[in-house]
Amino acid sequence: MSFLSFLKKKRTSEEPQPDRGILVFENTSEVIRAENTLKARGWKVKVKGPPPEIRTGCDLVIEFPLIEELDVLRALEGVGADPIMVVPVQSVLLEPVNLFQTKDYGEYLMIRAANMKLTVDRKTMTIVNISGGGCPDVPFLAQEMVRKPLLEAPSPRAIGHTLCGYALQLAYEEMKRQCSPS
Amino acid sequence: MLAIVGTVPDEAFPLTEGQVCLEKDTLVLQGRRIPVNRGTPALLAATIAAGDILGNPPPFAYLVGDIGTGRGSRQLYDYLTKHLPKAAFKVITFHYLQPDVDWHNQVLFAVEEMKPKPVLIADAGFMYVAKMSGQAEVYDLFTPDAGEIAFLADEEAPHPFYTRGFILYEENRVPELITRAYEHDNAARCLLVKGKRDYIANRQGILATVDEPLVEALEPVGGTGDTLTGIVSAMADSGMRVEEAAVLAAKVNRLAGLYANPTPATQVIELIQHIPRAVTEILKKS
Repeated sequence: MSFLSFLKKKRTSEEPQPDRGILVFENTSEVIRAENTLKARGWKVKVKGPPPEIRTGCDLVIEFPLIEELDVLRALEGVGADPIMVVPVQSVLLEPVNLFQTKDYGEYLMIRAANMKLTVDRKTMTIVNISGGGCPDVPFLAQEMVRKPLLEAPSPRAIGHTLCGYALQLAYEEMKRQCSPS
Repeated sequence: MLAIVGTVPDEAFPLTEGQVCLEKDTLVLQGRRIPVNRGTPALLAATIAAGDILGNPPPFAYLVGDIGTGRGSRQLYDYLTKHLPKAAFKVITFHYLQPDVDWHNQVLFAVEEMKPKPVLIADAGFMYVAKMSGQAEVYDLFTPDAGEIAFLADEEAPHPFYTRGFILYEENRVPELITRAYEHDNAARCLLVKGKRDYIANRQGILATVDEPLVEALEPVGGTGDTLTGIVSAMADSGMRVEEAAVLAAKVNRLAGLYANPTPATQVIELIQHIPRAVTEILKKS
């Protein structure tokens, strides 16, 4: 038996793909607007009925590539069709990470959110390093943000695309919060 | 020969394949010059730096530009499904690619046609999708970091961003997280977990730990995980068993980090420059 024969069997099943997410909206007209927007921009999305665990929102949801959540949300925000909820299709009760770990290096401060770390020089308030992550926008975000002042650098929300970018956005917001004069 | 599959953060960079060389702090692939920062270019530079000492041929790279939209990654996935069955590599290391379960599975089918089957190493986005697809056990080595071992241990999470709070990483819980990852079949045959202490483990348990030298300032430095994956790939390509390669690579990466005398503002190229010396010294001691 080949090392992937079990996979071939699995591929015939109708189980949802684990790399998909669900966008939940307030009403059906928003679903239609969101579907049109996302399809027009080349995303492979499907309109489906909501899973039983989700009791909020209307009777339709949109299935989309979860990894590209940040990019998808930016596109929807642009047309005023923000979802009221975004959840992974395989486990709809999961929530984004909301715990931060802060490490004090004296002159430098590092904040980690999920798999992403952002480090700032406290004196100059310059971003000196970005580490962690695995999606292809991470090296791009580092290229665009490192060596720039925290308050002037482009935000991950503005130029990122993936869930790693989203995690970096959370670290970035927490860094701004911790570094702001109280 | 070793093949490395990944992306560069430049959307205009076309899909390019071929042997790569390192000229000071720049990679050269088919005449194209690629700056070494973090990500796959850092992995490639570390592989070359270590491979030079080990007597390896230059690695073969499959690279494409992708800044997170996934367009370049999907083009590369498609290319691999057509070209890998005809290729012969001893080791393949998959790195920063946009996680996509369908494409991942098609690439694995292409790998299945390769004779003999190469050693498979996955890190970054490709490790995420390998876990997500339920095919982690097909791989010989994963190289997760702090947040990523928690993600592998969480059987529900489709990405580290959704790792549940009660599983989230704490240094002293790594052995427990490794066990949980294996219990749910979400780990490769061997794991190299990088952190304050590096753990080398398989389904039977912890095989080795490496915790010296300890350089606290390395944690914020972007790309130190990429260099570790690059070094272990070079060692596996030289013929070492994956477990042995993982232990030596952990030691080399730490020593190169020490020689770089880093601060949290250090860039990874400064560490890469010390890899040849670190490889020489660690091999002498082993």
